[in-house]
Amino acid sequence: MALKIVAEECTSCGACEFECPNAAISIKNDVYAIKASGCTECDGDAPKCQAVCPVEGCIIQG
Amino acid sequence: MSNNIVSLTSITRPQPAGTGGGCASKACGSSEGPGDMPAHIWDKVKDHPCYSEEAHHYFARMHVAVAPACNIQCNYCNRKYDCANESRPGVTSEKLTPEQAARKVLAVAAKVPQLSVLGIAGPGDSMYDWRKTFETFRAVEKSLPDLKFCVSTNGLALPDHIDALADHNIDHVTITINMIDPKIGALIYPWIYFNGRRHTGIEAATILHERQMEGLERLTAKGILVKVNSVMIPGINDQHLLEVNTAIKARGAFLHNVMPLISDAAHGTHFGLTGQRGPKASELKDLQDKLAGGANLMRHCRQCRADAIGMLGEDLSQDFTLDKLPEAPAYDPEPRRLYREVVERERADRTKAVAIASAELALTEAPSRLVAVCTKGGGRINQHFGHAKEFQVFEVDAQGVRFSGHRKADNYCVGGYGDDEKMDGVLAALEGIDTVFVAKIGRCPKDDLKKAGIEAIDLYPFDYIETAVAAWYAERFGVQAETA
Repeated sequence: MALKIVAEECTSCGACEFECPNAAISIKNDVYAIKASGCTECDGDAPKCQAVCPVEGCIIQG
Repeated sequence: MSNNIVSLTSITRPQPAGTGGGCASKACGSSEGPGDMPAHIWDKVKDHPCYSEEAHHYFARMHVAVAPACNIQCNYCNRKYDCANESRPGVTSEKLTPEQAARKVLAVAAKVPQLSVLGIAGPGDSMYDWRKTFETFRAVEKSLPDLKFCVSTNGLALPDHIDALADHNIDHVTITINMIDPKIGALIYPWIYFNGRRHTGIEAATILHERQMEGLERLTAKGILVKVNSVMIPGINDQHLLEVNTAIKARGAFLHNVMPLISDAAHGTHFGLTGQRGPKASELKDLQDKLAGGANLMRHCRQCRADAIGMLGEDLSQDFTLDKLPEAPAYDPEPRRLYREVVERERADRTKAVAIASAELALTEAPSRLVAVCTKGGGRINQHFGHAKEFQVFEVDAQGVRFSGHRKADNYCVGGYGDDEKMDGVLAALEGIDTVFVAKIGRCPKDDLKKAGIEAIDLYPFDYIETAVAAWYAERFGVQAETA
């Protein structure tokens, strides 16, 4: 149970990094990535990273 | 680089006609001169090219792109693609860390003595991405304590940072306000991200509107000057902007800047893809004229990139990319100090010249005319026609010579040869204008312009714009021009 960031879509804006309640998002090779072991998909709430991401289809089910 | 940086010599040529003498009371304050506002406000704006039309002839700004994250989606914005040749808000070539940004500011300050302002305008939102914004200001403060800072924001996160802005001695904040009616807002903003979740539709626009008004009121209460940017979107908010103007004026906004929507399918924005058009130059001017009685109106905006550098009409950002920056730029404050001295002198002189020109015009009785001017700063006609990247447009009648706007054009002349294809673009840019003042122009382009019904006037090289335009107008429309 974890989301992932599609590297080709990521604009490296970093908005998701602040919003992740689990601090599971960090920059890797110029784009952001979600550490699967830290992601809880916001425990049933709408995932915050998806809500803030400006690019449709960038953050998807892993 | 730097052949397009205004050299000191280009604005300090020997005095043109029309200097000296006293100043008629009405004409003394140019539209944004010291005569029109309290001294403490003039002090805040006099070196800021965006807040004072007068200052934009002398001073340069730079933006550093340290704040890529954003909390709203606008239908006119797409930050995914960058192109070095594009100039529009939200676009940037490389994002910087605060340390890199501080190094870049120092390198620019060392090479561009006109630099007076550091702005953070994204490419996302400076107040949503506030950590990087304030970290940058802290880093720059250490090396350049006299540089002015400003930020621009969509306003959603602004109320959370009012005190921090005041602590950093920030005198200028720009808020983009496109509506005060959430029904209209819903057509412009598909969603916002607020308090941990995404909001859409009228609800989103209502939250945004309330936060914008709160931010505006609290900033003006602290004495911080607020400029409001509005994007004019024909058919959506063009008429509504009159109400926006009233609302922001009531809340103390210092300046209202109405900008045309930039819309092109190639930019990948929602409006670009749905074929929403931007306004024509004449539609924009009509609206700006209607608004002129409200908050001070800004007409000299160039809608610059999130990493723009230089005088407003130019962009040197490609000369200062990270790979071109020295590790530890050597900075000498002397040229900037010297430049300020020259500007003080020039300003006083120009104010006098403008007063005399206005006095001449008071005797004319002709309809107002729009004229285009080729200038590279200093308020003078000091650019060769073929080198112009833009034309500044002035309106002249018995009331005086007023800045009206600018028209983008391509350099017609590159490497000594004119380019016929570019001439078509120049002619299109000059729609509705039949007189161009230039420092110099080649015979061929002069003839080409003539064929298109446009007269190029090269009789006033290096004169002040107002002096030259007034002398020409007074002579042309029946009154003998006085030569001082």
